[in-house]
Amino acid sequence: MAAIPERVHLTMQVNGEAAPVSFAPYKTLLEVLREDLGLTGTKHGCELGECGACTVLVDGQPVLSCLALALECGGRAIETIEGVQRGPELHPLQAAFADCGGSQCGYCTPGVIMTAKALLARNPAPTRDEIREATAGNLCRCTGYQQITEAIESAATLLRAERT
Amino acid sequence: MNETKKRLDVIGKPRRRVDGRAKVTGQLRFADDLALPRMLHAKLLRSPHPHAIVESVDAEKARRHPGVKLVLTGQDFPVPFGIMPVSVDEYPLARERVRYVGDPVAAVIASDEQSAVEALALIEVRYKALRPVCGPQDGLEHPEPRIHDYGEQGNIHRNQAYEFGDVDEALRNADFVAEDLFFYEGNTHLPMEQQASLAFLDQDGKLQISSSTQNPHYLHRQLSRVLQVPESRIRVVATPNGGGFGGKCDPGGHEFVVSKAALVLGRPVKIGLTREEVFYVHRGRHPVLMKMKTGVTKEGKLTGMHLQTLLDGGGYGSHGPASTFYTGVLTPVTYHYPRFKFEACRVFTNKPACGPKRGHGTPQPRFGQEVQLDKIAERLGMDPLELRLKNLTKAGDLTASWLRVGSTGLEDCLRKVAEISDWKGKRGKLPQGRGVGLACSTYMSGAGVAIYWNKMPHSGVQVLLDRSGTVVVYCGATEIGQGSDDVLAAIVAETLGVDTGSVRVVTGDTGITPVDLGSYSSRVTIMAGNAAVQAAERLRASLAAAVCETLGTLPDRVVFSQGKVFAADNTGAGMSFVEAVTMAEAQLGTLSAVGSYSPPKPPGRYKGAGVGPSPAYSFSACVVEAEVDERTGWIHVPKIWMAHDIGRALNPVLARGQVIGGVYMGLSEALMEEQSFRRLPEKLSGALVHRAPSMLDYKSLTALDMPEVEVALIEDPDPNCPYGAKEVGQGPLLPVMPALANAIFDAVGVRIDEIPITPDKVLRALEAKAEGKAPRVGPDSYPSVPYPEPTFVLPPWEGGDGNESRKGGEKRAAAAVV
Amino acid sequence: MLRLPWFEYRSPRSVAEAVKILAGEGPQAMLVAGGTDLLPNMKRRHQSPKVLVSLRAVDELRKLNGSYGAGLTLAEVVAHPGTPGALRHAAAQVATAQIRNMGTLGGNLCLDTRCTYYNQTEEWRKAIDYCLKKDGSVCWVATASKRCVAVSSTDTAPALIALDAKVTLVGPGGEREIPVESLYNNDGIDYLSRKPDEVLSAIVIPSSWKSVYWKLRRRGSFDFPLLGVAAALKMDGDVVADARIALGAVASRPFRIEKAGEFLKGKRLTDEVIAEAATLVANRAKPMDNTDMDLYWRKEVADDFAGYALKELRGDDMGAIRLRTARYLPG
Repeated sequence: MAAIPERVHLTMQVNGEAAPVSFAPYKTLLEVLREDLGLTGTKHGCELGECGACTVLVDGQPVLSCLALALECGGRAIETIEGVQRGPELHPLQAAFADCGGSQCGYCTPGVIMTAKALLARNPAPTRDEIREATAGNLCRCTGYQQITEAIESAATLLRAERT
Repeated sequence: MNETKKRLDVIGKPRRRVDGRAKVTGQLRFADDLALPRMLHAKLLRSPHPHAIVESVDAEKARRHPGVKLVLTGQDFPVPFGIMPVSVDEYPLARERVRYVGDPVAAVIASDEQSAVEALALIEVRYKALRPVCGPQDGLEHPEPRIHDYGEQGNIHRNQAYEFGDVDEALRNADFVAEDLFFYEGNTHLPMEQQASLAFLDQDGKLQISSSTQNPHYLHRQLSRVLQVPESRIRVVATPNGGGFGGKCDPGGHEFVVSKAALVLGRPVKIGLTREEVFYVHRGRHPVLMKMKTGVTKEGKLTGMHLQTLLDGGGYGSHGPASTFYTGVLTPVTYHYPRFKFEACRVFTNKPACGPKRGHGTPQPRFGQEVQLDKIAERLGMDPLELRLKNLTKAGDLTASWLRVGSTGLEDCLRKVAEISDWKGKRGKLPQGRGVGLACSTYMSGAGVAIYWNKMPHSGVQVLLDRSGTVVVYCGATEIGQGSDDVLAAIVAETLGVDTGSVRVVTGDTGITPVDLGSYSSRVTIMAGNAAVQAAERLRASLAAAVCETLGTLPDRVVFSQGKVFAADNTGAGMSFVEAVTMAEAQLGTLSAVGSYSPPKPPGRYKGAGVGPSPAYSFSACVVEAEVDERTGWIHVPKIWMAHDIGRALNPVLARGQVIGGVYMGLSEALMEEQSFRRLPEKLSGALVHRAPSMLDYKSLTALDMPEVEVALIEDPDPNCPYGAKEVGQGPLLPVMPALANAIFDAVGVRIDEIPITPDKVLRALEAKAEGKAPRVGPDSYPSVPYPEPTFVLPPWEGGDGNESRKGGEKRAAAAVV
Repeated sequence: MLRLPWFEYRSPRSVAEAVKILAGEGPQAMLVAGGTDLLPNMKRRHQSPKVLVSLRAVDELRKLNGSYGAGLTLAEVVAHPGTPGALRHAAAQVATAQIRNMGTLGGNLCLDTRCTYYNQTEEWRKAIDYCLKKDGSVCWVATASKRCVAVSSTDTAPALIALDAKVTLVGPGGEREIPVESLYNNDGIDYLSRKPDEVLSAIVIPSSWKSVYWKLRRRGSFDFPLLGVAAALKMDGDVVADARIALGAVASRPFRIEKAGEFLKGKRLTDEVIAEAATLVANRAKPMDNTDMDLYWRKEVADDFAGYALKELRGDDMGAIRLRTARYLPG
């Protein structure tokens, strides 16, 4: 058996930029983002795939960073909450979450926003049921989800207006 | 309040919360997001036994493991802690005894978390197992071995009884007495954020800890006590909590461990609890068995109530002494009971300690009370709405137990929720399998008495102003997601006539902010808010005095609004807020003011009267609609309506969010949340383990399971509250569980007298109904509990003075509150 | 933070290479595809493979032409327009959207059996002195049992059994194709007939069945099945020409109820026929107290769920019940 390397080196595309990083090979994408790249916007609530707090986009798809091996992320496009903002301005989803009460304690918020971003990319005009379906993998203990749904609905309207 | 200004610019307007941007950009730093150079990582070794004597801890191998810097054991912590002075019974790491599976025994501090975990496995602990106490009945039946060597007797931690007027007589004189047993299973907060703490020595060599705590002030005091370090050499920073709900009120063993390690090693030490550990820290809802006897007249007037409760306390005191009171004291606030008696007993068991969870101790009796009222209405052939309206307490009332009701919008809540839910059109009229249920509740806007006895303010605020026009608000209050920073910003902005964008809020830092007792008992809006009003008004008065001459008016005729300062009778002339500040700073020097708040003295004077009083109570009325599949018992809730008497909504977006969030948590408890335990077969094992310490197995509602909530805020400003705002964080949770139970009865005619209400229980009740048996699932017996002789107090209307007296005889000496 | 143990990572490019690594490393190596089952288990130290053989770079497992590559994600299976009803319903109801974007069809078929005494951390299991499935000697669900009764919790397997699907296993000696039902043993520990050095590479599904899958779970997402009913029919007019019904989550393996299928053959789907078939199905459901919710209740509602499945196949509009129970509406 080959010796296990203490660290591996690879380059991910994180929020549109090449991010070379070195880490212990047992680390998940969550751990590397938070501990080795300093991107602590991605949260963790269980580390077992049971809450959705660590959701990030990998190649545009919402996945659980706590169950993704970092060493399988070389060359992949990772998008985290830190990459959502548009320069100094909030992304419409971020603005809507802040304005509509979609974020109370804020801990589940990054994960939900990433999930919602992927939803709106594939479905610019989701129904409330479709929003609930898409976000059902993100637990929230504060909001009762209603203002999250309203925020996503409101952001969808804003984004559609931007496009036309 | 400034008489010349009636219109509100900030208060009551929907607005982005002041910390909103940080939360949506990922910039908000929770405790586990913090890192420092040379930071070490701590992990705790926890007991695999529910009840055992720790005979020895051998950590030599662990100490030699690569990367390990320090191993701590119970021997390093000779001083115990406890949030309540009467229950200081816990050590950061167990010394001689472990009291639940998960009780921390040792800690490893290493260069990385992986090494710390590996080293934990190398610590050898010798235990001598003791018989575990599995529940309160078990604890009553087995006084030995005792879990603690203090307490009332055996394994009883707290045991108390109060009688306000002769309740036996009140029940005898009733036309009938409703007698019911209820059970409410324990559940936990499940904040999304797992507790984390980072401790280090600052540039001056003083200890600083950043921690996800709701109560930095109490943690500060306890750290000083346990570490034997003066409070002046410790700084506690409460990081924004990723949800609290009461679960981060108690100091936790982990907080002492990282602090001690930082002191010993001189390096930053961090710990982040795993989700499983969060279930062990717990301090959540007590499982409570209840017996409730209520006298009623033919006309539907309540004559009195006798309430008995039995609490499963878990392995430590925690907030238990208060929790025990709360299973009784707030019961008579919503309805007028001429006489009231309650007996409560908390038993130590070998499980994680129970404590305060949203609604602290009151959801359990509220559930019983509101379901029982529904049964009484049915027996009287009366609309449950009418029965409630007939018995409401009135504004300014005293209860039989000497609580001052203050303002109440409960009648408005009831009428409003009935209207928006079409209660009259639905109750008893929906097709078979569908029904509606109604319930009410109340909650304190802050507890009237601090956790430790003192005469100092409950909250302090300092407001600092300078020529830049920036307003900085300092307060020890803790932002746990409820919006307390926004409350402070809004109140100060409104009072000084600026927008919240000019206000910076600095909170929850014992090193720089005035003391606030913490984010518990829904106290922040009223207490920190009133302190903020006072500080801001003092500053405004200074500014007014400085500019009135220039404005050609009297100080009390100066108006502050929308960033302008002008004379009330000459709105055309005036100056900007910044100009006013500049003028005042030139005249008066650096501008700052402090404010503080202490709640009014409660009217009750008997020993124990300190638990329950509040400067203001919020009220809520809730209607739940439910659909029940009669073949499977499956429960579906399509919609919930909630009217909440909030006094005034400071920020309607947040207020509505608190209501919906409360409804969510209430429904989640009502349908599925259970902190329950498994006792393995006694012949084969001594194990007593948490059934489901994970987010997958501890069930909470998802976005797909949550119905639409329609919210009505009833606004009638309360004179005791800042801008009239009462609490909203806890109250709206409370009526959801009984409203669901009542809706199920309306739908299919069965009573589920216990929480959670699950499909199997509904189906069992339906089967009983089909067999002609009592259509009910719930507890069927109440054990013999050795309650003490009650403290007898005459109600106000029977000539009492709030002191203890002898039943039918002369008074006893007055005693202090707890 | 719960972390993975140390492991050596291998990333073969082909099934043949993967098989070679497995054969060479022996039982200390394990396959990983989406990771949503194995990684949580590794974090809780159920499995601590020395070598992790990732199938992520094996492109041939992601094919979808005639057969379904085992490496397709559940989301891809759901999105594929040709996916038959039962499989689509099953895959769409696995866990959460995020997990369906990661987890694979092959991974769901090979899902480790589950039990409330097993799916816990190392520390928790130590507190019960472990259990038969892992490191202990007693099955705490049935203390007299010599066999581990951990429950099969795959949603897609009962669906594929009802659909009469086959799986391809590739080992050092070549390929073999077996019915999905034969992939499983009724044993919570040795629950798969896949040999340790075999790779489950593809699933072949006959297209001639009309099928549905119904899942009982507490919540609208996250939860593993407490009962899975898959039903597939071939109709001759309004008469049942052939029927296959399978159950999941009520034993250590998913299985077919031949009796119910035989009973339905040649009959019209009247309420009475459906009720009787549902009873035949429910009689075979033997849930244990090792997952969520009351086991007697789970047993009691098995016939209701079997009835729902058959009624939906009859053409009844079952949308309202689907939404109220599993909160899922087939798109």
